[in-house]
Amino acid sequence: MTSYAPAAQPAVSPSPWGPVAFLGHVLTVVDAETRKLRHDPVELLMRAVQPTLWLVVFGQVMARLRGVPTGPLRYLDFMAPGILAQSVLFVAIFYGVSAIRERDLGVLNKYMVSPVSRTALVLGKALSAGIRALSQAVVVYVLALLLGIRAEWAPLNVIGVLLLILMGSAVFSTLSLAIACIVKTHERVMGMGQVMTMPLFFASNAIYPIVLMPGWLRAIASVNPLTYEVDALRALMVRGGASSIGLGVDFVVLLAFVAMLVAITTRLYPRLVV
Amino acid sequence: MTGTWHDVGRPEDVPAVQDTDTVAAISRSPAIHTEELTRCFGDLVAVDAVSIDVHAGEIFGLLGPNGAGKSTMIKMLTTLLPPTAGSAQVAGFDIVRDPTSVRRRIGYVPQALSADGALSGYENLLVSSRLYGLTRSEREERIREALELVGLADVADQLVREYSGGMIRRLEIAQAMLHRPAVLFMDEPTVGLDPVARRVVWGHVRHLRDLWGTTILITTHYMDEADDLADRVAVMHQGHVAAVGTPAELKVAVGGEATLDDVFVHFTGASIETGGSYRDVLRTRRTARRLS
Repeated sequence: MTSYAPAAQPAVSPSPWGPVAFLGHVLTVVDAETRKLRHDPVELLMRAVQPTLWLVVFGQVMARLRGVPTGPLRYLDFMAPGILAQSVLFVAIFYGVSAIRERDLGVLNKYMVSPVSRTALVLGKALSAGIRALSQAVVVYVLALLLGIRAEWAPLNVIGVLLLILMGSAVFSTLSLAIACIVKTHERVMGMGQVMTMPLFFASNAIYPIVLMPGWLRAIASVNPLTYEVDALRALMVRGGASSIGLGVDFVVLLAFVAMLVAITTRLYPRLVV
Repeated sequence: MTGTWHDVGRPEDVPAVQDTDTVAAISRSPAIHTEELTRCFGDLVAVDAVSIDVHAGEIFGLLGPNGAGKSTMIKMLTTLLPPTAGSAQVAGFDIVRDPTSVRRRIGYVPQALSADGALSGYENLLVSSRLYGLTRSEREERIREALELVGLADVADQLVREYSGGMIRRLEIAQAMLHRPAVLFMDEPTVGLDPVARRVVWGHVRHLRDLWGTTILITTHYMDEADDLADRVAVMHQGHVAAVGTPAELKVAVGGEATLDDVFVHFTGASIETGGSYRDVLRTRRTARRLS
């Protein structure tokens, strides 16, 4: 046997592996996802259909009912933030399917043998789902213009809305990822998504206020992250809207959910490649 | 059909080995060392107390029928799967105690075609180079060099889903080498490839070892592949290592005019065609379909 010179070691360049590198890795994952969306934006257009139907069909009819106590807001104004939160939820709750696909293609294996921390990978995925969800905000804002919804256009409010969407999307996409790590097949992730969407949606303040709910449903709504997302969106997105929980509480609760779910999913993530 | 194999020779600017202390350290210790490495799934013992040494700079073939434990070995050595018992060092680091140090020093080409089809070839390399912490200037230089090395420079900006199977494999080899790993793991790298593309891949594998002295562990159940490529092979059977040696040594051990196929049958008592769970077959087929 011929003898060969061993590979030089350390093989990796001496760039820092602290917080800066962590952030760089998160952004690398996000960047890869946004590049894919740029190559194939058709998916985003399809996603515009659902919120349009809800606002144009359901919203127009319900607006004539005038039976929902929406305070100073017209029903359509009351509902718009709820529909935005809902369409973000519907996209994010099936995000685990993409993890299954990446596992089947071997892409995930390759990420997992790299020295990047699992937390950075999960956080990157959560933010990537958020980037997709931002397109929903564009759709709902455009619909607001077309339907005469009184949207609040102050820059700080819009920034707040976008932040809320990133957080809401992170909550439900990491929940879906965690489920994917446990159930491990495409069909079951889809099934679990179907099972969860409607309860999450109806046990929230998205299309009617919490005061209308019976006590037991109100109890469920109070531990539903969607409720806090909608509450804050309502305060920031429409003119005359107000938070009934408190904007600070909404943001803190959502951040806590993100932190908890990212931590759980980070622990579960390696199970997907076994 | 895939592109042809360009022998680009050794680029002038590729440094061989700079750090003499490190070289000495590596030469003393094997690139991969396992001791009684074991992995169970419930009652099934997938890998049963395997102890092997792979020398630095060696191309080492891990042979065996489906279900022999090859993939489980690779998953443990690449830190994807914790062992149930025993220990292993890869590139000088313990796979359980220091997985991050191992990960920084290994490259991995999974059996499935794992380049991202929705990204271009260049983008695939860019993502990898960032994940491995290469600096901006290193990135551009190594990506360009890697694309030329595997003959994909002309199609770098095309989406990978438009590539042929052989091209995707070459891209993955380039991707796995960007950070100059000390040890490269390749799981069934030519499954589903046509004969010409397979030879191109073999050429690249040998070239990497000659260029950078990379230690390469390759699993395969193609005996011609092992015969052609591997300096030494280990034949795995039901979680055990049934035999280790150079292909020539093993042929002599079996006796007569033995081919490596005969060696395989001798040590595993199985024909290559039998065995393999539904899932294994499905995965192989899926890979092959994506390649065609």
